Amino acid sequence: MTTAHETETKTEAAVDAAPAASAGATASAAPVTMAGALNRALHDAMADDDTVVVFGEDIGPLGGVFRVTDGLQAAFGADRAWDAPLAESGIVGTAIGMAVYGLRPVVEMQFDAFSYPAFEQIVSHVAKMRNRTKGRLSLPMVIRIPCAGAIGGVEHHSDSSESYWASTPGLTVMMPSNPADAYSMLREAIAGDDPVIFMEPKSRYWAKDELVLPVRTAPADRAVVVREGTDVTLIGYGPTVRTALEAADAAVDEGLSVEVIDLRSLSPFDDATLDASVRKTGRAAVIHEAAKFGGYGAEVAARITERNFFHLAAPVLRITGFDIPYPSPKLEEHHLPTPDRVLEALASWEWELA
Amino acid sequence: MSLNVEPGTLRALPSEKPLRLLDNAGHALEGEVTGGFELPDADTLLELYRRMVVARRFDVQVTALTRQGRLATYPSALGEEACEIGAVSAIRPEDWFFPTYRDSVALLTRGIRPADILASFRGEWHNGYDQREHRTAAQATPLATQTLHAVGLAHAARLRGEPIVALTFLGDGATSEGDAHEAFNFGAVWQTPTVFVVLNNQYAISVPLERQTNAATLADKAVGYGMPGYFVDGNDVAAMYAVTKAAVERARTGGGPTLIEGFTYRIEAHTNSDDPSRYRDQREVEHWRRRDPIERLEKYLVSEGVLTESIREEIAAAAEALAAATREAMNEEAELDPLELFDHVYAAERPALREQRDALAAELAARSEGGER
Repeated sequence: MTTAHETETKTEAAVDAAPAASAGATASAAPVTMAGALNRALHDAMADDDTVVVFGEDIGPLGGVFRVTDGLQAAFGADRAWDAPLAESGIVGTAIGMAVYGLRPVVEMQFDAFSYPAFEQIVSHVAKMRNRTKGRLSLPMVIRIPCAGAIGGVEHHSDSSESYWASTPGLTVMMPSNPADAYSMLREAIAGDDPVIFMEPKSRYWAKDELVLPVRTAPADRAVVVREGTDVTLIGYGPTVRTALEAADAAVDEGLSVEVIDLRSLSPFDDATLDASVRKTGRAAVIHEAAKFGGYGAEVAARITERNFFHLAAPVLRITGFDIPYPSPKLEEHHLPTPDRVLEALASWEWELA
Repeated sequence: MSLNVEPGTLRALPSEKPLRLLDNAGHALEGEVTGGFELPDADTLLELYRRMVVARRFDVQVTALTRQGRLATYPSALGEEACEIGAVSAIRPEDWFFPTYRDSVALLTRGIRPADILASFRGEWHNGYDQREHRTAAQATPLATQTLHAVGLAHAARLRGEPIVALTFLGDGATSEGDAHEAFNFGAVWQTPTVFVVLNNQYAISVPLERQTNAATLADKAVGYGMPGYFVDGNDVAAMYAVTKAAVERARTGGGPTLIEGFTYRIEAHTNSDDPSRYRDQREVEHWRRRDPIERLEKYLVSEGVLTESIREEIAAAAEALAAATREAMNEEAELDPLELFDHVYAAERPALREQRDALAAELAARSEGGER
């Protein structure tokens, strides 16, 4: 099923992709899931560059628990795509050595909270290698992290760890929200010379868009306006872009014109796109699943305020998960930010609409 | 000195007595204690002697400079020269070495300039040498993390069909870290050309070996991973060199990883900020001073007529010259560019970092104008 906002996203992608996608102009668009787009991105990257290798837990014959690595071992052999022993620090740590030797490893952490054993390798080495070696060693590697909740996962399968990575200098943190961006951003992440934490919102893995792959969307370091509006800027990323779009649709009934921005890149932060939107609307709210306290939304709100204070008609709001450990599946609906909560938050500004 | 591993032999634990080729009096040994390894030839031993003497002089000099406040900190390797230099001398220049913070004398053996080795301890930059030129990774401070990098690099080299070996050092304390386990396991499962050398100096800062492990030897751990393990007298440079050399050649020819434990002793404090009198008896230190690795080889080389007085003087002069050069280098004020702080964070340009760089540049300019008035 293609919803209204998915069509929006597709249009945006098609506009940005115009030159690259023109070769496929005669091909008819087919439904593509985000998992499928990621799989194709890995496949194409491996086909184009034989230094790209993929490894992690269950990524070989099984094709990954979300099938994102499906068929890669069959296509490229066990020297290019292989199962690692079950140890995340080992996966990231060995990928560092491979990157030093000239490979471009793309590793999978399987689930967000499974990445924590690799925290030291990521924070102390992946993020800092270029800096501590004065630019002599860089690590062209990608750490794929299926992230966030709303898939009915049990404990440790639905965390939002983006703040940890985004506040670590040296890391680039990306989170696509749709299949076209998933393809394009992953290709860019693999081709770049900086290490990338590539976060994949699990609840969007099966979201489909009508697409012709390969596709190139906006550069990965840009935020994208996915819906234009004049009264308020709603900022989402990954799983909450859909929430923002649904809220924007519903807000029309209340006479509100809501602009929605898909952040796409959490680090670096695209100040310019945010500034332009906020100066137009005068109001901003950010939505994420992670806890509010010290969360990524605090950075978004602070940046917007610091740079646009005199253009703002109201404080920047955060609509987030509660400050609790991620709850059990039967209770997660109460934790996750919903379009209704977004609308309530917007109403708290006590609008005076003409 | 064959290190070919027959099927089933990996179940055998390393010998309980450390392998050694020279005893403490400098006599060449024969029989079981040598583990079938042979004493390296005289030229090799003389070269190892030269490297140890130079390294010792360097270490003593740097410790003195640290006491004078020229360096922020320095972890001494005094007494561990045989372990470090014996092992690192067994790889070729094209092989890679993954050191820890205590392995500065091994870096010296890899041909890295003293000033470049000491840049980090002096507080100039986190690592001061060219990792690619010397095929030597930046010294790692987080324990055992570098052992995984060595496994990954070795695996990549093997995937590319290049006969490169990765040697990595870790301490006795580091064997308790999860990353050591993961590195041993990944290396053994993937059969990477990696050689792990545990420099067991018996103390992790203040914690003695018996509070670190319940295993009879750290080399015993190899059996559980399915790779050969060797328990070696770490104060016998001949044995450290011979065992590592055999492991390196086995790795190079597809035989997989090896775990070597060099049993040695840290004579100095952990770093200059440590007080070892709080956790160990001075008599213990004296006991180990009498087992000095350099004196042991010296006795052997003199008795064999290999080390003459003139060679000894020549080596001592070279060591003095290096120490003088090190002192001189530490007297020179390094030129540091604060704006370079921003140059090595990302390969891709970041607008926010450029803004911060510009802000610092303006601050520096204002400061220097103020200074001129």
